[in-house]
Amino acid sequence: MHCWDPRIETMPKEDLQKLQYRLLKTLVYRLYSFSEFYHRRMKEAGVHPDDIRTLSDIRLLPFMYKHDLRDNYPNRIFCAPHDEVVRYHVSSGTTGKPTVVGYTRKDLDLWTTSLARALTSCGLGRGDVIQVSYGYGLFTGGLGLHYGAERIGAAVLPTSVGNTERQIELMQDLKATAIACTPSYLIHIGEAAERMGISIKNDTDLRSAIIGAEPWSESMRTRIYETMGVKAYNIYGTSEISGPMFSECTAQQGIHIWGDIAYPEIIDPVTGEVLESGESGELVMTVLQKEALPMIRYRIGDITRIDDEPCACGRTHPRIQRITGRVDDMLIIRGINVFPSAVEHALLGIPELAGHFLIEVDRKGSLDDMIVRVEVAPEAFSDRINDLINIKKKVEHTLKSALNVAVVVELAEPGSLPRFEGKAKRVIDRRVI
Amino acid sequence: MQEEYIIKQISVFSENKPGRLAAIAEALQKSNVNIFAFSIAEASSFGVVRALVDTPETARSVLEKLGFAVQFTDVIAVRMKDEPGGLHQVARILGDAGINIEYAYAYSGREAAVLILRVSQAGEAISKIRAAGGSLLRESDLS
Ligand SMILES: [Zn+2]
Repeated sequence: MHCWDPRIETMPKEDLQKLQYRLLKTLVYRLYSFSEFYHRRMKEAGVHPDDIRTLSDIRLLPFMYKHDLRDNYPNRIFCAPHDEVVRYHVSSGTTGKPTVVGYTRKDLDLWTTSLARALTSCGLGRGDVIQVSYGYGLFTGGLGLHYGAERIGAAVLPTSVGNTERQIELMQDLKATAIACTPSYLIHIGEAAERMGISIKNDTDLRSAIIGAEPWSESMRTRIYETMGVKAYNIYGTSEISGPMFSECTAQQGIHIWGDIAYPEIIDPVTGEVLESGESGELVMTVLQKEALPMIRYRIGDITRIDDEPCACGRTHPRIQRITGRVDDMLIIRGINVFPSAVEHALLGIPELAGHFLIEVDRKGSLDDMIVRVEVAPEAFSDRINDLINIKKKVEHTLKSALNVAVVVELAEPGSLPRFEGKAKRVIDRRVI
Repeated sequence: MQEEYIIKQISVFSENKPGRLAAIAEALQKSNVNIFAFSIAEASSFGVVRALVDTPETARSVLEKLGFAVQFTDVIAVRMKDEPGGLHQVARILGDAGINIEYAYAYSGREAAVLILRVSQAGEAISKIRAAGGSLLRESDLS
């Protein structure tokens, strides 16, 4: 194993937690004293920095939400003097105002350090040529990866997005060994190369891809490897915490969250309670050393779980698992939290289905009734009714074990379920409560 | 020799909701596809519509254009003797030969009732039924 910062990355757990506690304590005192916003929030929650006596006392602190950033547009939560801000990134909100993130020089340095560790953990370094095909500009992906890649001594090919044919030519000519982009763009590149008569696997040096900013799956990982000969690594982050910051290591068993940079918690999205270690719930992130736009217990809204067991790679920092959903989309069925994305994820692995689905929820008496309508792939259609019943049972069984709630599956004709542009609306909730 | 007795049935996946059957029938009629025999096998929310038609290729492309999942299935069609015990006789011939009947349905043809069968080994079934003096329809008998 090669680490960017072996001392930090393999630090014994107890030492890491001591360090986290010290950083948290410093952060809370600083914000209580210098941030009007956090001072007011802590007062309202009846918590004083002196109340934080252990790391787990972090749960006494109030949450921060996306709407806090919008409500304080553009920079009223900023906690650094105006002339110390050296960069802005802006994320376009799907609803309402965008959110603005500011960075001091130290913020940029920590972000870059975080990515330098991440990229090194994917086996990249000096001698690699990293094509950055994330958008450059207000979006954090392009510039974030750019500086991260430079930091580890790799050569950066800053192609940004678009002009795919030229990207493929440059990839060949400059012998790019890795690419950073969204999963859908990577697949697009693979298909475009094929049309140009170029095999990514045989005609380029591309061997790894750092992909994220969109949901993707293990089956996509396999497909990317088989068709392009590229090992895909998952990367995670959101502009509020700086941008893409964390990635999988070569063990590919989750995304290491550098403990000296951020402290992740998993909570019940309804009650706000911190869940037991290993349970799945909403990810809440505290960025321990951020200056310009501090983040304490920020509710990102992604659903995942944390694996804090030692990693095969030797790093001691906890790993978050694949994001299985968004809190905004959550349904509560008979008291159990169900995410449409978890349904989608479970269905992806069933070859007899065409991929489209619709969730219908009704209330029968006092019980919730969840029906998942799935389209049968035309190739899977069988003249034997028993084969079809077996597909139905298989899907019901798969969903039951993925969701922990019994659902009724109905097979639908191919092409019969509604298609959506962009973000699919896959749920019809007819319950009247 | 036996191949001429193997008949191409079209099987269509259909949701169990009003209007689906009518949509299939109407589409076939509009394309001048003649339906000889017809059956529906249902499960809870869906079913399989099976039909013998004079022009299976046309039927298939018409229905696929409408988005239906369509398959050809090999079946055999036995002319039933107009006497009691005809069905039992066919079942016994196949049973003795260890051939499994997956499903069967009947229609009354021009001269006699016809039993349509999907069996595990069509070739074997054809020779057994013919050896026992049974009479089978050819695909050409349908057009
Ligand atoms: Zn690891």
